[in-house]
Amino acid sequence: MAYSDKVIDHYENPRNVGALDKSDANVGTGLVGAPACGDVMRLQIRVTDDGVIEDAKFKTYGCGSAIASSSLVTEWVKGRTVDEALTIKNNDIAQHLALPPVKIHCSVLAEDAIRAAIEDYKRKKGQG
Amino acid sequence: MKLPIYMDNHATTPCDPRVVEAMLPYLTEQFGNAASRNHAFGWAAEEAVELAREQVAKLIGATPKEIVFTSGATESDNVALKGVIEFYGHKGKHIVTSPIEHKAVIDTARWLERNGCEVTWLPVGTDGRVDPADVEKAIRPDTVVVSVMHGNNEIGSVNDIGAIGAVCKKHGVLFHTDAVQTAGKVPIDVEAMGVDLLSLSAHKMYGPKGIGALYVRRKKPRVRVAPMVHGGGHERGMRSGTLPVHQIVGFGKAAELALAEMESESARTLALRERLRAKIEEGVPETVLNGSLEHRLPGNLNISFTFVEGESLLMALRDVAVSSGSACTSASLEPSYVLRAIGLDDENAHSSIRFGIGRFNTEEEVDYVADLVVKAVAKLRALSPLWEMHQEGIDLKSIEWAAH
Repeated sequence: MAYSDKVIDHYENPRNVGALDKSDANVGTGLVGAPACGDVMRLQIRVTDDGVIEDAKFKTYGCGSAIASSSLVTEWVKGRTVDEALTIKNNDIAQHLALPPVKIHCSVLAEDAIRAAIEDYKRKKGQG
Repeated sequence: MKLPIYMDNHATTPCDPRVVEAMLPYLTEQFGNAASRNHAFGWAAEEAVELAREQVAKLIGATPKEIVFTSGATESDNVALKGVIEFYGHKGKHIVTSPIEHKAVIDTARWLERNGCEVTWLPVGTDGRVDPADVEKAIRPDTVVVSVMHGNNEIGSVNDIGAIGAVCKKHGVLFHTDAVQTAGKVPIDVEAMGVDLLSLSAHKMYGPKGIGALYVRRKKPRVRVAPMVHGGGHERGMRSGTLPVHQIVGFGKAAELALAEMESESARTLALRERLRAKIEEGVPETVLNGSLEHRLPGNLNISFTFVEGESLLMALRDVAVSSGSACTSASLEPSYVLRAIGLDDENAHSSIRFGIGRFNTEEEVDYVADLVVKAVAKLRALSPLWEMHQEGIDLKSIEWAAH
Protein backbone atom coordinates (compact mmCIF):
# COMPACT_ATOMS: atom_id res chain seq x y z
CA MET A 1 0.00 0.00 0.00
CA ALA A 2 1.30 3.45 -0.81
CA TYR A 3 1.28 5.92 2.06
CA SER A 4 0.54 9.60 1.65
CA ASP A 5 3.40 12.05 2.21
CA LYS A 6 1.66 13.32 5.34
CA VAL A 7 1.43 9.84 6.86
CA ILE A 8 5.09 9.25 6.11
CA ASP A 9 6.04 12.61 7.59
CA HIS A 10 4.18 11.92 10.86
CA TYR A 11 5.51 8.38 10.99
CA GLU A 12 9.10 9.49 10.49
CA ASN A 13 8.87 12.59 12.65
CA PRO A 14 6.11 11.89 15.14
CA ARG A 15 5.06 15.01 17.06
CA ASN A 16 4.66 15.11 20.83
CA VAL A 17 5.68 11.59 21.68
CA GLY A 18 5.80 10.83 25.37
CA ALA A 19 3.86 10.94 28.59
CA LEU A 20 2.35 13.48 30.98
CA ASP A 21 1.96 12.91 34.69
CA LYS A 22 -1.17 10.81 35.03
CA SER A 23 -1.71 11.88 38.62
CA ASP A 24 -1.77 15.60 37.76
CA ALA A 25 -5.33 16.87 38.26
CA ASN A 26 -5.07 18.88 35.03
CA VAL A 27 -4.03 15.89 32.91
CA GLY A 28 -6.53 13.71 31.11
CA THR A 29 -5.49 10.32 29.75
CA GLY A 30 -7.23 8.33 27.06
CA LEU A 31 -6.20 4.76 26.27
CA VAL A 32 -8.16 3.27 23.39
CA GLY A 33 -7.96 0.25 21.10
CA ALA A 34 -6.77 -3.26 21.91
CA PRO A 35 -3.51 -5.12 21.33
CA ALA A 36 -5.41 -8.05 19.79
CA CYS A 37 -6.82 -5.70 17.15
CA GLY A 38 -3.40 -4.37 16.28
CA ASP A 39 -3.76 -0.81 17.54
CA VAL A 40 -3.65 0.94 20.89
CA MET A 41 -3.44 4.72 21.30
CA ARG A 42 -2.69 6.65 24.44
CA LEU A 43 -3.41 10.35 24.24
CA GLN A 44 -2.78 12.69 27.15
CA ILE A 45 -3.76 16.35 27.46
CA ARG A 46 -2.89 18.98 30.06
CA VAL A 47 -5.54 21.63 30.45
CA THR A 48 -5.10 25.13 31.91
CA ASP A 49 -7.50 26.47 34.53
CA ASP A 50 -9.40 28.36 31.82
CA GLY A 51 -10.01 25.16 29.85
CA VAL A 52 -7.34 25.42 27.15
CA ILE A 53 -5.31 22.34 26.19
CA GLU A 54 -1.75 23.56 26.68
CA ASP A 55 0.07 20.32 26.05
CA ALA A 56 -0.61 16.92 24.49
CA LYS A 57 1.44 13.73 24.28
CA PHE A 58 0.85 10.38 22.65
CA LYS A 59 2.18 6.90 22.30
CA THR A 60 0.71 4.47 19.77
CA TYR A 61 1.07 0.80 19.01
CA GLY A 62 -0.25 0.31 15.52
CA CYS A 63 0.32 0.72 11.83
CA GLY A 64 1.82 3.83 10.26
CA SER A 65 -1.62 5.37 9.73
CA ALA A 66 -2.51 4.87 13.40
CA ILE A 67 0.75 6.51 14.46
CA ALA A 68 0.19 9.38 12.04
CA SER A 69 -3.44 9.89 13.17
CA SER A 70 -2.47 10.16 16.82
CA SER A 71 0.55 12.35 16.11
CA LEU A 72 -1.69 14.67 14.09
CA VAL A 73 -4.33 15.04 16.81
CA THR A 74 -1.73 16.04 19.39
CA GLU A 75 -0.93 18.98 17.09
CA TRP A 76 -4.58 19.77 16.50
CA VAL A 77 -5.77 19.75 20.11
CA LYS A 78 -2.98 21.95 21.42
CA GLY A 79 -4.18 25.52 21.96
CA ARG A 80 -7.84 24.57 21.61
CA THR A 81 -10.34 24.58 24.43
CA VAL A 82 -11.67 21.24 25.57
CA ASP A 83 -15.00 21.93 23.84
CA GLU A 84 -13.27 22.90 20.61
CA ALA A 85 -11.18 19.73 20.71
CA LEU A 86 -14.38 17.71 20.85
CA THR A 87 -15.36 19.06 17.45
CA ILE A 88 -12.45 17.25 15.75
CA LYS A 89 -13.97 14.45 13.70
CA ASN A 90 -12.43 11.32 12.27
CA ASN A 91 -13.30 12.54 8.78
CA ASP A 92 -11.09 15.58 9.23
CA ILE A 93 -8.20 13.37 10.29
CA ALA A 94 -8.72 10.86 7.48
CA GLN A 95 -9.01 13.62 4.92
CA HIS A 96 -5.95 15.52 6.13
CA LEU A 97 -3.82 12.36 6.05
CA ALA A 98 -5.44 11.03 2.85
CA LEU A 99 -6.12 7.70 4.54
CA PRO A 100 -7.42 4.93 2.26
CA PRO A 101 -10.75 3.28 3.21
CA VAL A 102 -9.09 0.33 5.02
CA LYS A 103 -7.34 2.80 7.31
CA ILE A 104 -10.38 4.85 8.31
CA HIS A 105 -10.54 2.96 11.60
CA CYS A 106 -7.22 4.59 12.56
CA SER A 107 -8.83 8.03 12.37
CA VAL A 108 -11.87 6.77 14.28
CA LEU A 109 -9.58 5.52 17.00
CA ALA A 110 -7.81 8.90 17.15
CA GLU A 111 -11.16 10.65 17.62
CA ASP A 112 -12.00 8.13 20.35
CA ALA A 113 -8.68 8.93 22.02
CA ILE A 114 -9.50 12.65 22.17
CA ARG A 115 -12.91 11.90 23.73
CA ALA A 116 -11.42 9.45 26.21
CA ALA A 117 -8.73 11.91 27.31
CA ILE A 118 -11.26 14.71 27.75
CA GLU A 119 -13.66 12.44 29.65
CA ASP A 120 -10.85 11.47 31.98
CA TYR A 121 -9.97 15.11 32.54
CA LYS A 122 -13.59 16.05 33.23
CA ARG A 123 -14.01 13.16 35.61
CA LYS A 124 -11.00 14.37 37.57
CA LYS A 125 -12.47 17.86 37.70
CA GLY A 126 -15.80 16.51 38.85
CA GLN A 127 -17.50 17.57 35.62
CA GLY A 128 -17.87 14.08 34.21
CA MET B 1 24.61 -3.32 -2.55
CA LYS B 2 21.46 -2.41 -4.47
CA LEU B 3 18.26 -1.15 -2.86
CA PRO B 4 15.54 -2.27 -2.41
CA ILE B 5 16.62 -5.63 -1.04
CA TYR B 6 14.44 -8.61 -1.88
CA MET B 7 14.05 -10.91 1.14
CA ASP B 8 10.61 -12.38 0.46
CA ASN B 9 11.64 -15.58 -1.32
CA HIS B 10 8.67 -17.58 -0.01
CA ALA B 11 6.37 -15.35 -2.03
CA THR B 12 8.29 -15.72 -5.25
CA THR B 13 11.86 -15.87 -6.53
CA PRO B 14 13.51 -14.21 -9.49
CA CYS B 15 14.31 -16.38 -12.49
CA ASP B 16 17.88 -17.57 -12.41
CA PRO B 17 19.67 -16.05 -15.45
CA ARG B 18 20.61 -19.58 -16.50
CA VAL B 19 16.90 -20.42 -16.57
CA VAL B 20 16.09 -17.42 -18.73
CA GLU B 21 18.88 -18.33 -21.12
CA ALA B 22 17.48 -21.84 -21.50
CA MET B 23 13.98 -20.49 -22.11
CA LEU B 24 14.66 -17.85 -24.74
CA PRO B 25 15.09 -20.04 -27.85
CA TYR B 26 11.66 -21.57 -27.14
CA LEU B 27 10.00 -18.20 -27.55
CA THR B 28 11.57 -17.51 -30.92
CA GLU B 29 13.17 -20.18 -33.16
CA GLN B 30 11.78 -23.20 -31.31
CA PHE B 31 8.21 -21.99 -30.97
CA GLY B 32 6.56 -25.25 -32.05
CA ASN B 33 3.57 -26.91 -30.49
CA ALA B 34 4.70 -30.01 -28.59
CA ALA B 35 1.56 -31.77 -29.80
CA SER B 36 2.44 -31.29 -33.49
CA ARG B 37 3.62 -34.77 -34.30
CA ASN B 38 4.19 -34.31 -38.01
CA HIS B 39 6.97 -31.72 -38.33
CA ALA B 40 10.34 -30.69 -36.97
CA PHE B 41 8.98 -27.70 -35.01
CA GLY B 42 6.73 -29.96 -33.03
CA TRP B 43 9.42 -32.58 -32.51
CA ALA B 44 11.87 -30.04 -31.14
CA ALA B 45 9.25 -28.73 -28.72
CA GLU B 46 8.30 -32.19 -27.60
CA GLU B 47 11.91 -33.12 -27.05
CA ALA B 48 12.44 -30.03 -24.88
CA VAL B 49 9.31 -30.78 -22.86
CA GLU B 50 10.37 -34.37 -22.26
CA LEU B 51 13.84 -33.30 -21.11
CA ALA B 52 12.22 -30.87 -18.65
CA ARG B 53 9.86 -33.58 -17.46
CA GLU B 54 12.91 -35.72 -16.66
CA GLN B 55 14.62 -32.86 -14.85
CA VAL B 56 11.57 -32.15 -12.71
CA ALA B 57 11.02 -35.86 -12.00
CA LYS B 58 14.62 -36.28 -10.89
CA LEU B 59 14.29 -33.51 -8.31
CA ILE B 60 11.69 -35.52 -6.39
CA GLY B 61 12.80 -39.08 -7.18
CA ALA B 62 9.93 -39.73 -9.61
CA THR B 63 9.82 -41.05 -13.17
CA PRO B 64 9.06 -38.61 -16.02
CA LYS B 65 5.68 -40.17 -16.81
CA GLU B 66 4.51 -39.29 -13.32
CA ILE B 67 4.90 -35.55 -13.92
CA VAL B 68 1.84 -33.59 -15.11
CA PHE B 69 2.54 -29.98 -16.01
CA THR B 70 0.00 -27.47 -14.70
CA SER B 71 -0.31 -23.70 -14.49
CA GLY B 72 1.14 -23.74 -10.98
CA ALA B 73 0.80 -25.25 -7.55
CA THR B 74 -2.68 -23.82 -6.98
CA GLU B 75 -3.93 -25.83 -9.92
CA SER B 76 -1.92 -28.87 -8.80
CA ASP B 77 -3.49 -28.72 -5.32
CA ASN B 78 -6.95 -28.36 -6.86
CA VAL B 79 -6.47 -31.32 -9.19
CA ALA B 80 -4.92 -33.45 -6.45
CA LEU B 81 -7.93 -33.08 -4.16
CA LYS B 82 -10.87 -32.58 -6.51
CA GLY B 83 -9.50 -34.98 -9.12
CA VAL B 84 -8.97 -37.73 -6.56
CA ILE B 85 -12.40 -37.24 -4.99
CA GLU B 86 -14.05 -37.30 -8.39
CA PHE B 87 -12.28 -40.54 -9.25
CA TYR B 88 -12.45 -42.33 -5.91
CA GLY B 89 -15.51 -40.64 -4.43
CA HIS B 90 -17.56 -43.84 -4.69
CA LYS B 91 -15.20 -45.41 -2.12
CA GLY B 92 -15.59 -42.63 0.40
CA LYS B 93 -15.65 -38.88 0.76
CA HIS B 94 -13.46 -38.19 3.74
CA ILE B 95 -10.37 -35.95 3.47
CA VAL B 96 -7.75 -35.30 6.15
CA THR B 97 -5.73 -32.08 6.05
CA SER B 98 -4.25 -29.40 8.29
CA PRO B 99 -5.29 -25.83 9.09
CA ILE B 100 -1.88 -24.40 8.12
CA GLU B 101 -1.96 -25.59 4.52
CA HIS B 102 -1.66 -23.11 1.70
CA LYS B 103 -5.00 -21.51 0.80
CA ALA B 104 -5.02 -23.56 -2.40
CA VAL B 105 -5.50 -26.69 -0.30
CA ILE B 106 -7.65 -25.14 2.44
CA ASP B 107 -10.05 -23.47 0.06
CA THR B 108 -10.28 -26.57 -2.15
CA ALA B 109 -11.01 -28.72 0.92
CA ARG B 110 -13.72 -26.24 1.98
CA TRP B 111 -15.24 -26.36 -1.49
CA LEU B 112 -15.29 -30.14 -1.32
CA GLU B 113 -16.87 -29.89 2.13
CA ARG B 114 -19.68 -27.83 0.64
CA ASN B 115 -20.04 -30.44 -2.08
CA GLY B 116 -20.62 -33.55 -0.06
CA CYS B 117 -17.20 -34.38 1.40
CA GLU B 118 -16.21 -34.47 5.02
CA VAL B 119 -12.93 -32.90 6.10
CA THR B 120 -10.96 -33.56 9.27
CA TRP B 121 -8.67 -30.68 10.22
CA LEU B 122 -5.62 -32.05 12.00
CA PRO B 123 -4.20 -30.43 15.12
CA VAL B 124 -0.91 -28.58 14.61
CA GLY B 125 1.76 -28.19 17.28
CA THR B 126 3.13 -24.82 18.41
CA ASP B 127 6.17 -25.70 16.30
CA GLY B 128 3.92 -25.71 13.23
CA ARG B 129 4.15 -29.43 12.58
CA VAL B 130 1.61 -32.20 12.20
CA ASP B 131 2.08 -35.28 14.37
CA PRO B 132 1.91 -38.43 12.19
CA ALA B 133 0.09 -40.15 15.09
CA ASP B 134 -2.72 -37.58 14.71
CA VAL B 135 -2.94 -38.44 11.01
CA GLU B 136 -3.36 -42.10 11.92
CA LYS B 137 -6.10 -41.25 14.43
CA ALA B 138 -7.96 -39.18 11.83
CA ILE B 139 -8.01 -41.89 9.15
CA ARG B 140 -11.36 -43.69 8.81
CA PRO B 141 -12.60 -46.46 6.54
CA ASP B 142 -14.03 -43.84 4.18
CA THR B 143 -10.89 -41.68 4.04
CA VAL B 144 -9.73 -41.20 0.47
CA VAL B 145 -6.84 -38.76 0.72
CA VAL B 146 -4.60 -37.09 3.29
CA SER B 147 -3.07 -33.74 2.31
CA VAL B 148 -0.31 -32.33 4.51
CA MET B 149 2.20 -29.80 3.26
CA HIS B 150 5.92 -30.46 3.33
CA GLY B 151 7.19 -26.99 4.28
CA ASN B 152 5.05 -24.12 5.52
CA ASN B 153 5.27 -20.86 3.59
CA GLU B 154 4.90 -18.57 6.61
CA ILE B 155 6.74 -20.15 9.51
CA GLY B 156 8.97 -22.50 7.51
CA SER B 157 8.15 -25.58 9.58
CA VAL B 158 8.97 -28.83 7.77
CA ASN B 159 6.75 -31.85 8.34
CA ASP B 160 7.94 -35.42 8.64
CA ILE B 161 6.46 -36.41 5.31
CA GLY B 162 8.06 -39.86 5.36
CA ALA B 163 6.31 -40.75 8.61
CA ILE B 164 2.97 -39.39 7.40
CA GLY B 165 3.41 -41.26 4.10
CA ALA B 166 4.05 -44.50 6.01
CA VAL B 167 0.83 -44.05 8.00
CA CYS B 168 -1.13 -43.48 4.79
CA LYS B 169 0.40 -46.54 3.12
CA LYS B 170 -0.43 -48.66 6.14
CA HIS B 171 -4.09 -47.71 5.87
CA GLY B 172 -4.28 -47.72 2.08
CA VAL B 173 -5.08 -44.01 1.89
CA LEU B 174 -3.69 -41.69 -0.79
CA PHE B 175 -1.20 -39.09 0.37
CA HIS B 176 -0.82 -35.65 -1.22
CA THR B 177 1.77 -33.11 -0.17
CA ASP B 178 2.29 -29.52 -1.28
CA ALA B 179 6.06 -29.33 -1.62
CA VAL B 180 6.24 -25.86 -3.12
CA GLN B 181 8.45 -24.43 -0.38
CA THR B 182 10.73 -27.43 0.08
CA ALA B 183 11.42 -28.47 -3.52
CA GLY B 184 15.04 -27.68 -4.31
CA LYS B 185 15.77 -26.80 -0.69
CA VAL B 186 15.14 -30.02 1.19
CA PRO B 187 15.72 -33.48 -0.34
CA ILE B 188 12.50 -35.10 -1.60
CA ASP B 189 12.09 -38.72 -2.59
CA VAL B 190 8.52 -39.69 -3.36
CA GLU B 191 9.41 -43.39 -3.11
CA ALA B 192 11.13 -43.24 0.27
CA MET B 193 8.51 -40.81 1.60
CA GLY B 194 5.49 -42.74 0.38
CA VAL B 195 4.00 -39.78 -1.44
CA ASP B 196 1.25 -40.41 -4.02
CA LEU B 197 0.59 -36.87 -5.21
CA LEU B 198 2.89 -33.86 -4.89
CA SER B 199 2.49 -30.23 -5.95
CA LEU B 200 5.33 -28.12 -7.32
CA SER B 201 5.70 -24.55 -8.51
CA ALA B 202 8.52 -23.25 -10.71
CA HIS B 203 8.55 -19.65 -9.52
CA LYS B 204 9.40 -20.60 -5.95
CA MET B 205 12.59 -22.26 -7.17
CA TYR B 206 14.03 -19.62 -9.51
CA GLY B 207 11.95 -20.67 -12.49
CA PRO B 208 9.23 -18.72 -14.31
CA LYS B 209 5.73 -17.96 -13.02
CA GLY B 210 2.72 -19.66 -14.56
CA ILE B 211 4.08 -23.20 -14.56
CA GLY B 212 3.95 -25.97 -12.00
CA ALA B 213 3.51 -29.69 -11.82
CA LEU B 214 1.56 -32.39 -10.12
CA TYR B 215 3.33 -35.64 -9.46
CA VAL B 216 0.89 -38.53 -9.84
CA ARG B 217 2.18 -41.95 -8.75
CA ARG B 218 1.96 -44.63 -11.46
CA LYS B 219 2.92 -47.74 -9.53
CA LYS B 220 2.04 -49.19 -6.14
CA PRO B 221 -0.57 -47.87 -6.33
CA ARG B 222 -1.43 -46.45 -9.73
CA VAL B 223 -3.15 -43.20 -8.79
CA ARG B 224 -5.89 -41.78 -10.98
CA VAL B 225 -7.16 -38.23 -10.99
CA ALA B 226 -10.05 -36.84 -12.98
CA PRO B 227 -9.03 -33.79 -15.04
CA MET B 228 -10.21 -30.30 -14.11
CA VAL B 229 -9.35 -28.80 -17.51
CA HIS B 230 -10.84 -30.70 -20.43
CA GLY B 231 -9.78 -30.48 -24.05
CA GLY B 232 -7.22 -32.03 -26.35
CA GLY B 233 -6.15 -34.67 -23.86
CA HIS B 234 -2.64 -33.35 -23.20
CA GLU B 235 -0.63 -34.66 -20.25
CA ARG B 236 -2.14 -38.13 -20.64
CA GLY B 237 -5.60 -36.71 -20.32
CA MET B 238 -5.03 -35.20 -16.90
CA ARG B 239 -4.54 -31.62 -18.04
CA SER B 240 -5.53 -30.38 -21.46
CA GLY B 241 -4.10 -27.26 -23.04
CA THR B 242 -1.18 -26.52 -25.35
CA LEU B 243 2.00 -26.89 -23.33
CA PRO B 244 3.81 -23.61 -22.64
CA VAL B 245 7.10 -25.01 -23.87
CA HIS B 246 9.32 -22.08 -22.84
CA GLN B 247 7.95 -22.13 -19.30
CA ILE B 248 8.34 -25.89 -19.05
CA VAL B 249 11.92 -25.62 -20.29
CA GLY B 250 12.56 -22.96 -17.64
CA PHE B 251 10.97 -25.12 -14.95
CA GLY B 252 13.15 -28.07 -16.00
CA LYS B 253 16.30 -25.99 -15.96
CA ALA B 254 15.37 -24.57 -12.55
CA ALA B 255 14.83 -28.09 -11.22
CA GLU B 256 18.14 -29.27 -12.62
CA LEU B 257 20.00 -26.36 -11.01
CA ALA B 258 18.15 -26.76 -7.72
CA LEU B 259 19.07 -30.42 -7.50
CA ALA B 260 22.71 -29.89 -8.46
CA GLU B 261 23.19 -27.01 -6.03
CA MET B 262 20.81 -28.00 -3.24
CA GLU B 263 23.40 -29.00 -0.71
CA SER B 264 25.66 -25.98 -1.06
CA GLU B 265 22.82 -23.52 -1.49
CA SER B 266 20.86 -24.76 1.51
CA ALA B 267 23.98 -24.57 3.65
CA ARG B 268 24.59 -21.02 2.47
CA THR B 269 21.02 -19.78 3.00
CA LEU B 270 20.91 -21.47 6.39
CA ALA B 271 24.13 -19.70 7.41
CA LEU B 272 22.66 -16.36 6.27
CA ARG B 273 19.41 -17.07 8.12
CA GLU B 274 21.31 -17.86 11.31
CA ARG B 275 23.41 -14.73 10.89
CA LEU B 276 20.24 -12.66 10.57
CA ARG B 277 18.64 -14.35 13.56
CA ALA B 278 21.73 -13.90 15.74
CA LYS B 279 22.05 -10.22 14.87
CA ILE B 280 18.38 -9.51 15.47
CA GLU B 281 18.24 -11.44 18.73
CA GLU B 282 21.39 -9.70 19.91
CA GLY B 283 20.07 -6.25 19.08
CA VAL B 284 16.39 -6.62 20.01
CA PRO B 285 15.25 -7.90 23.41
CA GLU B 286 12.04 -9.91 23.80
CA THR B 287 11.47 -11.38 20.38
CA VAL B 288 9.55 -14.59 19.71
CA LEU B 289 10.69 -17.08 17.07
CA ASN B 290 7.62 -18.55 15.37
CA GLY B 291 7.78 -22.18 14.28
CA SER B 292 10.35 -24.89 14.83
CA LEU B 293 14.04 -24.01 14.79
CA GLU B 294 15.13 -27.57 14.20
CA HIS B 295 12.65 -28.58 11.47
CA ARG B 296 12.68 -25.47 9.38
CA LEU B 297 13.27 -24.31 5.83
CA PRO B 298 16.86 -23.08 5.60
CA GLY B 299 15.96 -19.58 4.38
CA ASN B 300 12.98 -18.92 6.65
CA LEU B 301 12.91 -16.66 9.67
CA ASN B 302 9.61 -15.64 11.25
CA ILE B 303 9.88 -13.43 14.31
CA SER B 304 7.35 -11.55 16.41
CA PHE B 305 8.66 -8.23 17.67
CA THR B 306 6.51 -7.91 20.75
CA PHE B 307 4.76 -4.58 21.41
CA VAL B 308 5.44 -3.40 17.86
CA GLU B 309 2.85 -3.69 15.11
CA GLY B 310 4.07 -5.47 11.97
CA GLU B 311 2.91 -3.04 9.33
CA SER B 312 4.53 -0.09 11.06
CA LEU B 313 7.74 -2.10 11.14
CA LEU B 314 7.43 -2.87 7.43
CA MET B 315 7.09 0.86 6.86
CA ALA B 316 10.44 1.41 8.52
CA LEU B 317 11.91 -1.36 6.40
CA ARG B 318 10.66 0.11 3.16
CA ASP B 319 13.94 -0.56 1.35
CA VAL B 320 13.48 -4.22 2.21
CA ALA B 321 10.88 -6.57 0.78
CA VAL B 322 9.67 -8.82 3.61
CA SER B 323 6.15 -9.67 4.77
CA SER B 324 4.13 -9.58 7.96
CA GLY B 325 1.41 -11.66 9.60
CA SER B 326 -0.19 -8.43 10.69
CA ALA B 327 -3.84 -7.95 9.83
CA CYS B 328 -3.04 -4.54 8.41
CA THR B 329 -1.10 -6.10 5.56
CA SER B 330 -3.89 -8.45 4.54
CA ALA B 331 -7.01 -7.57 2.64
CA SER B 332 -9.15 -9.34 5.23
CA LEU B 333 -7.87 -7.32 8.24
CA GLU B 334 -7.36 -10.66 10.02
CA PRO B 335 -3.98 -11.66 11.36
CA SER B 336 -2.27 -14.68 9.80
CA TYR B 337 -4.36 -17.88 10.07
CA VAL B 338 -1.15 -19.91 10.25
CA LEU B 339 0.14 -18.07 13.31
CA ARG B 340 -3.28 -18.37 14.94
CA ALA B 341 -3.40 -22.10 14.22
CA ILE B 342 -0.10 -22.67 16.02
CA GLY B 343 -1.54 -20.94 19.06
CA LEU B 344 0.06 -17.52 18.79
CA ASP B 345 -2.09 -14.79 20.33
CA ASP B 346 -3.36 -12.05 18.06
CA GLU B 347 -0.97 -9.38 19.33
CA ASN B 348 2.06 -11.48 18.52
CA ALA B 349 0.58 -12.37 15.15
CA HIS B 350 0.22 -8.64 14.43
CA SER B 351 3.87 -8.20 15.41
CA SER B 352 5.35 -10.87 13.15
CA ILE B 353 7.73 -10.41 10.26
CA ARG B 354 8.68 -13.12 7.79
CA PHE B 355 12.13 -12.98 6.25
CA GLY B 356 12.70 -15.27 3.28
CA ILE B 357 16.34 -15.62 2.35
CA GLY B 358 17.13 -17.01 -1.07
CA ARG B 359 19.75 -17.82 -3.66
CA PHE B 360 20.65 -14.22 -4.47
CA ASN B 361 20.84 -12.72 -0.97
CA THR B 362 24.25 -11.74 0.35
CA GLU B 363 25.85 -11.37 3.75
CA GLU B 364 26.02 -7.63 3.20
CA GLU B 365 22.25 -7.53 2.67
CA VAL B 366 21.62 -9.59 5.79
CA ASP B 367 23.74 -7.21 7.86
CA TYR B 368 21.95 -4.18 6.41
CA VAL B 369 18.52 -5.66 7.14
CA ALA B 370 19.46 -6.73 10.67
CA ASP B 371 20.77 -3.26 11.45
CA LEU B 372 17.62 -1.63 10.07
CA VAL B 373 15.36 -3.96 12.05
CA VAL B 374 17.20 -3.30 15.32
CA LYS B 375 16.92 0.47 14.86
CA ALA B 376 13.29 0.38 13.72
CA VAL B 377 12.11 -1.80 16.60
CA ALA B 378 13.85 0.47 19.11
CA LYS B 379 12.17 3.51 17.55
CA LEU B 380 8.73 1.92 17.45
CA ARG B 381 8.96 0.58 21.00
CA ALA B 382 9.79 4.10 22.17
CA LEU B 383 6.46 5.03 20.55
CA SER B 384 4.56 2.07 21.94
CA PRO B 385 2.36 2.52 25.02
CA LEU B 386 2.34 -1.26 25.40
CA TRP B 387 6.12 -1.45 25.61
CA GLU B 388 6.08 1.33 28.23
CA MET B 389 3.45 -0.51 30.27
CA HIS B 390 5.38 -3.74 29.92
CA GLN B 391 8.55 -2.00 31.15
CA GLU B 392 6.60 -0.71 34.14
CA GLY B 393 5.66 -4.29 34.96
CA ILE B 394 1.99 -3.96 34.00
CA ASP B 395 0.46 -7.21 32.81
CA LEU B 396 -1.28 -6.25 29.58
CA LYS B 397 -3.60 -9.22 29.91
CA SER B 398 -4.96 -7.71 33.14
CA ILE B 399 -6.31 -4.71 31.27
CA GLU B 400 -9.81 -4.70 29.89
CA TRP B 401 -9.34 -3.57 26.33
CA ALA B 402 -12.25 -2.39 24.32
CA ALA B 403 -12.24 -4.50 21.17
CA HIS B 404 -13.08 -2.46 18.11
